[in-house]
Amino acid sequence: MTEVATLLGKQAVLDALPDHPAVKAILAWDAQALADAKVDRGELTLSVAPERIREACAALRAAGYNFFDDVTAVDWHPSVPRFRLSYHLLSHGFKEYIRLRTLVDEADPSVPSITPIWPAANFYEREVFDLFGIRFEGHPDLRRIMMPEDWKGHPLRKDYPVEGYR
Amino acid sequence: MPAIETPEITNLGGQHMVLNMGPQHPATHGVLRLVVEIDGETIVKVRPEIGYLHTGIEKTCEAKFYQQVIPLTDRINYLDPLSNNLCYCLAVEKLLGLEIPERAQWIRVLLTELSRINSHLIWLGTHAMDIGALTVFLYTFREREDILRLFEAVAGQRMMTSYFRIGGLAMEPPIDWLDRVQAFIKMFPEKIDEYANLLSGNPIFFNRLKGVGYLSPEDAIALGVTGPPLRASGIDWDLRRDMPYSGYDKFKFHVPTSTDGDTWARYEVRLIEMRESAKIIQQALDGMPGGPVKANAPKIILPDREKMKTQMEALIHHFKIVTEGFPVPAGEVYQAIECGHGQTGYYVVSDGTAKPYRVHMRYPSFATLQALETMAKGRLIADLVAIIGSIDIVLGEIDR
Repeated sequence: MTEVATLLGKQAVLDALPDHPAVKAILAWDAQALADAKVDRGELTLSVAPERIREACAALRAAGYNFFDDVTAVDWHPSVPRFRLSYHLLSHGFKEYIRLRTLVDEADPSVPSITPIWPAANFYEREVFDLFGIRFEGHPDLRRIMMPEDWKGHPLRKDYPVEGYR
Repeated sequence: MPAIETPEITNLGGQHMVLNMGPQHPATHGVLRLVVEIDGETIVKVRPEIGYLHTGIEKTCEAKFYQQVIPLTDRINYLDPLSNNLCYCLAVEKLLGLEIPERAQWIRVLLTELSRINSHLIWLGTHAMDIGALTVFLYTFREREDILRLFEAVAGQRMMTSYFRIGGLAMEPPIDWLDRVQAFIKMFPEKIDEYANLLSGNPIFFNRLKGVGYLSPEDAIALGVTGPPLRASGIDWDLRRDMPYSGYDKFKFHVPTSTDGDTWARYEVRLIEMRESAKIIQQALDGMPGGPVKANAPKIILPDREKMKTQMEALIHHFKIVTEGFPVPAGEVYQAIECGHGQTGYYVVSDGTAKPYRVHMRYPSFATLQALETMAKGRLIADLVAIIGSIDIVLGEIDR
């Protein structure tokens, strides 16, 4: 769907893809909420603030991005804000993936859970909570999923050694 | 992998009983543990407890060069190894902007379809065995053995193939290999008839599956179900056809669907998928293009051994790739493919160095397992075994 390979910055995306269904959906929902946007290697990324992620997902779902595929985090330690959450949403109608992005700070790593919109996010958010220590507010069952419950630390953080603590 | 004490177990009000199924149970296909709350024989709640096979593969990837990650991907879904290789290679190739020669793409398609048949054969054998039809297992493993021999011939390994490389294939397949694939594909469709003869008309098998584990299309989408269970619930979606990758747009095949949404529908959809995979392999054999199997990118792809021993330049490249890896331009990609169990996705983030900054894998069984409770609620405890079998879980890809 996105023919252009690279567009950097919110304005460039808005100028080049004003009719893109995801861009239109976000603008119709709240034009101020779109913090950043880019198209890199043909993949569209839209950024919003962490506290608005659930509403953004609801807007995109209503616009036809009906399938939740994946959510994961990347730890950019020591930069601030430290964590980048990436939600990958799929539209069966448009035959296209988009990425929803939000930045989460280390001091209070928490975002609203999107399980009310897609119950599929349940395990994925538990995994991010377990391995990165990011909390999802409103999650029905936020427990560790991979590691034992009494485990100390969050293994996928960059300051956690690959061999583990001995 | 939580502790045994859980709120549900201590607070039942004397009405329900909690049954612990697994992690060591023959019908859980590995080390799946289910905490099942039952009222008599009827299932009230099912809670999967996973993590017993967690080995931190995503963390390990961050300490490896890009090319060293490929062998790790085999070990995630060990029943469908080549699909994992393909998905990872496609993701990194997208990051690099690398074009793959046509012959390499076609051999990749051929091998991933063989891998899909391999995965479906194991599913069919073990699923039937769970239900009590032991014979089918021996039949499907007979054909699986043929496929593993084909894998061994190209990759030197039966299960952990690691045959695809970033930029193409490890090497050209052996001279008579395509003929061997042809011989296999010629006899395979009648073997599927044989399995169907053993199972489809069998009243015990039919009654254990029909109407069991219903999943509505709305629930399937909401719970992130992909692959054959999604299509058996009536959603006509297949990434191979709808968002083609690796040259799948050049192949003609039918995507089977069913509106029944039960365990029996999943059985039928997978049987047809095996036939369609055989057709794709036949098309790949008929139209196999010539040419190289590696892209022309000497700084990324290892040179031939012969060149390495005779040309200075090739020797330098070989040494650099093996000792230092190759830098990948900074960026992030998400590449999804349709593997045997459903949609596999690789999210690879590069910071411009020779090691991936982050590799995340989205595996289908992980999401499909969440739908287990919806499918099993209100059914008998014996149906749970049929339902687990029908969603075709691989614990390696759930726990990673």
